[in-house]
Amino acid sequence: MSGLALMCSCAAKVDYGPYRSHMPHSILVLPPLNQSTAVDAPYTYLSTVSRPLAECGYYVFPVAVIDAFMKDNGLPTPDEMHNVSLSKIREVIGADAVLYVTIEDWGQKYYVLSSTTVIQASARLVDVATGTTLWTGTEHLRQGSGGGGGIIGMLVAALVHQIASSMSDPTHEASRAATAGTVSNENNGLLFGPRSPRYESDARGR
Amino acid sequence: MRGIRISLTAAALSALTGCAGKSIYYWGRYEELLYEMHAKPGTADPETQIAKLTEDIGKAHAEGKPVPPGVHAHLGYMYYQQGNLASAEQEFETEKHLFPESTVLLDGFLKRMAQK
Repeated sequence: MSGLALMCSCAAKVDYGPYRSHMPHSILVLPPLNQSTAVDAPYTYLSTVSRPLAECGYYVFPVAVIDAFMKDNGLPTPDEMHNVSLSKIREVIGADAVLYVTIEDWGQKYYVLSSTTVIQASARLVDVATGTTLWTGTEHLRQGSGGGGGIIGMLVAALVHQIASSMSDPTHEASRAATAGTVSNENNGLLFGPRSPRYESDARGR
Repeated sequence: MRGIRISLTAAALSALTGCAGKSIYYWGRYEELLYEMHAKPGTADPETQIAKLTEDIGKAHAEGKPVPPGVHAHLGYMYYQQGNLASAEQEFETEKHLFPESTVLLDGFLKRMAQK
């Protein structure tokens, strides 16, 4: 049983045609829009996204440098950064694709006998040259403490307790798990990019 | 019960190591620093980051694993913040050499630095 499938949204039949015909070499990840009440969510998320994208075989622009660069150029918030035109991104940054992320729900929910870490986000990968949407993904993670949840709950709870116990913020590790799960999903995740050893052998969407 | 729990954790972790299964890059503390810059202001000043990233790059070389995309550019930006433009330029050039995908962005940085 694959742990990845457990972390991700339900697999839908994905049309990889546009993705294949505009295969990006580089991905710019902008700081996410935040619809949750957790002010730290966008930058916690941002700190966990470079690794899965790079391990998928893409060049990932340095997220903190991009954030500082945009702020220096009069774009203080993610909302304003998301409104930068693709032609400007191409001219100034030279990215092949942009990953736009919106955080919908985030944080710790406390119940009488247990607490749950919740992360819900949606992501859209857009081709800079044409504006075509290449891929969309959603993350929906609920990690419980206490309570049952069967084997899935056990697996996730064990993971969270093992690696998050030393950290003050469980959403950081949860974000890492959710993002890695969505990006690397075998059914509807990103395709292997040009820098991956599995780039040529990826049969999805062929 | 404890044994089961630990083996399940290992399975979950191995499933989360990324697209290719086996990691391409040596990640070190880059992501941890990205997190701390925002979550714990003051703990990741340029000097601390330069020390940690430089050490990680040394470890990557020692293990024969590539340094991830963005690390040399991030390090260059930390030098820039310190006012050490020569080291900043060197790191930006290294990033460009390793990852030509970064050329447009970093040539822009280098050009603006030269005008200072």
